[in-house]
Amino acid sequence: MSTQERNSLGGHLRENGMLLALVAIVVLFSILVSAQGKPMFLQAPNITNIFLQNGHVIILALGMLLVIVSGHIDLSVGSVAAFTGAVAAWLTVDLKLSVYAVIPLTLVVGGLIGAAQGYWVAFWRIPSFIVTLAGMMVFRGATLLLLGGQNIGPFPKEFQAMSSGFIPDLTGITKPHGLTLIIATLAIGVVVWIGLRSRRRDVEFGITPEPAGLFWGRTLIIAAATAFVGYQLASFRGLPNVLLVLAVLTVLYAFFTENTVQGRRIYAVGGNEKAAKLSGIRTERLVFFCFVNMGMLAALAGMMVTARLNSATPKAGTGFELDAIAAVFIGGASMAGGSGKIIGVVIGALIMGVMNMGMSILGIGIDYQQMIKGLVLLAAVIFDVYNKTK
Amino acid sequence: MVFPGVKALDRVSLTVESGEIHAICGENGAGKSTLMKVLSGVYPHGSFDGEILYDGSPLRNRGIRDSEEKGIIIIHQELALIPLLSIAENLFMGNEVSSRGVISWPSAFKKTEELLRRVGLNEPPSAVVGKLGVGKQQLIEIAKALSKNVRLLILDEPTAALQEADADRLLRLMLELKAQGVTQIIISHKLNEISRVADRITVIRDGAAVSTLTKAQISEDRIIRDMVGRDMAHLYPERSFNPGEMLFEVDDWSCWHPEQAGRQTIRQVSLNVRRGEIVGIAGLMGTGRTELAMSIFGRSFGKGHTGTVRMHGKPVDVSTVPKAIQAGISYVTEDRKALGLILDEPIVRNVSLANLSAVARRWVLDKRREAQVAETYRKQLAIRTPAIQQKVVNLSGGNQQKVVLSKWLFTDPELLILDEPTRGIDVGAKFEIYTIMKDLAGQGRGILMISSEMPELLGMCNRIYVMNEGRIVGELTREEASQEGIMALIVKDAGKVA
Repeated sequence: MSTQERNSLGGHLRENGMLLALVAIVVLFSILVSAQGKPMFLQAPNITNIFLQNGHVIILALGMLLVIVSGHIDLSVGSVAAFTGAVAAWLTVDLKLSVYAVIPLTLVVGGLIGAAQGYWVAFWRIPSFIVTLAGMMVFRGATLLLLGGQNIGPFPKEFQAMSSGFIPDLTGITKPHGLTLIIATLAIGVVVWIGLRSRRRDVEFGITPEPAGLFWGRTLIIAAATAFVGYQLASFRGLPNVLLVLAVLTVLYAFFTENTVQGRRIYAVGGNEKAAKLSGIRTERLVFFCFVNMGMLAALAGMMVTARLNSATPKAGTGFELDAIAAVFIGGASMAGGSGKIIGVVIGALIMGVMNMGMSILGIGIDYQQMIKGLVLLAAVIFDVYNKTK
Repeated sequence: MVFPGVKALDRVSLTVESGEIHAICGENGAGKSTLMKVLSGVYPHGSFDGEILYDGSPLRNRGIRDSEEKGIIIIHQELALIPLLSIAENLFMGNEVSSRGVISWPSAFKKTEELLRRVGLNEPPSAVVGKLGVGKQQLIEIAKALSKNVRLLILDEPTAALQEADADRLLRLMLELKAQGVTQIIISHKLNEISRVADRITVIRDGAAVSTLTKAQISEDRIIRDMVGRDMAHLYPERSFNPGEMLFEVDDWSCWHPEQAGRQTIRQVSLNVRRGEIVGIAGLMGTGRTELAMSIFGRSFGKGHTGTVRMHGKPVDVSTVPKAIQAGISYVTEDRKALGLILDEPIVRNVSLANLSAVARRWVLDKRREAQVAETYRKQLAIRTPAIQQKVVNLSGGNQQKVVLSKWLFTDPELLILDEPTRGIDVGAKFEIYTIMKDLAGQGRGILMISSEMPELLGMCNRIYVMNEGRIVGELTREEASQEGIMALIVKDAGKVA
């Protein structure tokens, strides 16, 4: 086998391995849950809840991937999410602003926080670990200050809809939810189309394409899973708003990282900052942008969590940064920067989410849950390193 | 030795006699380093076919430790010293002078002094290694080998990063060690050094030993012929030396060291390059040649820049790298791994890096066009690789250099500043790089070439500027220039300063 074929297979192994791990974990929990005589694991409410309860992790992980690819880290996102959640609560409950004003205002606050931290990291070259560790403390304190140590809530219906709402059924069929079915069908079509297209391009660009069996096997699994999830959701309450937001953001960020000039440059900065700089890339600006982007996504995550709990609490967002970072590394990004893919990160976050839910349903204590999640993170990274050195 | 898909070595037979200095030479990628790694146990017994006899008995090393116990020690191209630790700490790293796990520093220091004397290095054992020059670090590596009772010392391109005086000292030390009975294998590109110290030479080409020459048979021509497998009548391509109109002018350019206050790195430099001209900058290492180039290229070095840069007679703004590129200037770095390439990315992404907008519609990359561009340069510059999706880390030095050149050619520069364009590249690939330079000059581009190899400057350049202590101390035309002439300018200037 030539080195090239090995490389290509190694790369495919990584992505397929992640997907396979996700499928295996889902199957494992399905068996374990039914063995306990409990209702089916993959029923609509559970599927809905996986996205509702882990949406914030996926959103944070999208931003975290960019930060990590650029060669940095952001430890402050949990605190920033809590703070922006508190800001949203203050604007909504105390100032009685409409949700359509609160959402953009909160996003701007998040962006400004990201800018404040990114400024020191990018232009002053203060290590991001230190800057964001400081930010983690500062914004946790600021949250307490803003909330006065109390919870603020409840929120109007429109704000709650951000996390617990479902898309309206414009087709009027409602049982099953027509629009959900249409979207699921479209999604399957798009997955197959994109897959075929990138396969054709691989051949064109001289990349050895993965074996046809592997490609169709994977596509079949994805299509079947999408159809199943779509049908389950449609027969329940339809597509949750959160899932729609997640899907749109995932596609957007995947496109940005893989197909745009700026996205490509972020990888170059993380891969070799000096070479990137000497190639005319304004590396500082890109790093700054990654932090601003992270701040805005943290604000979005903060609002979603606040909306789900229907109150802003001083303790919100604790440990979010670690969940997001874990998802990024499970998803195959390199600690040193310069590599990692959006789709891997989303699968990484889903693996964590499915495990959280599955273990909770099984009645496994929080003690064991933490230990198991830690070991999964370690195993995923070991698998990666082993694959590279082999 | 077989790598996945690549046969790095193909039935090599090599005999090194006790007490001799045996040189191995060959092009980059010929398999020299692999062979040495097999000998020194980096690749353990069983990962290759064949037998190694050492003192007449078969050698079955499971790792470096095994072979070090038998007195076989390799000093790699990239030195394995820890810069923040002292000489003594480095010398006994992994081999500490200790009893029951507690290090005895007094005796370690004493032994260190002894070893440093043997290699002729006059530094206190407590000196921090990172503060010493590469030449001295190289000697410390040898002292480290001596501390392990070395019997067979393998040196992988020991003088590649050394200046002449340091290299000279190293070669003398090799001869001394030989007199003390240490057998040595040296891998080197520098043929003049080889002919000075080696008793015999084995030439390796494409993973096979082509020939073994004795001292009497050694001649540069013969070695080059064996290395590249063909006669090389000329080391440099024929080209015409007819410059066109004025292209690039630097006037009164000065800048200061970014950290050391009050140190002026570049002093009132003025120079120019015409279209179709290859202009050299000669000088010793550390005289500010790279700093000059980088300070012009988007102020990538230094602060407090003064002076003007003109293209086609008009002043241009070169205050940032994008602006310098915009002005039609490219800088090909001397350190391609650290400053020129993103090693973990494929060729195609490295080639497009400096001009991504040319393969994009608005902000969206056109990957088809990007691949076409990389493919064009792969063919044009003969980058030897199965595919443009290959990661550049897997390429040989010459091919990596061609990737860097491709990246800059894609920005369509009028002036290329090439900083040590053939460093660490084998003879065959050098000729190819020279040919590319010739073609570029033939297209009417200007080339400013910084080099420490004087023959290459003399062979390629229309004119040569000589730099010393951050100043231009002389300018020689092709007809006037000679190695002696260049050195004379430098020495005369150094005398003035002192």
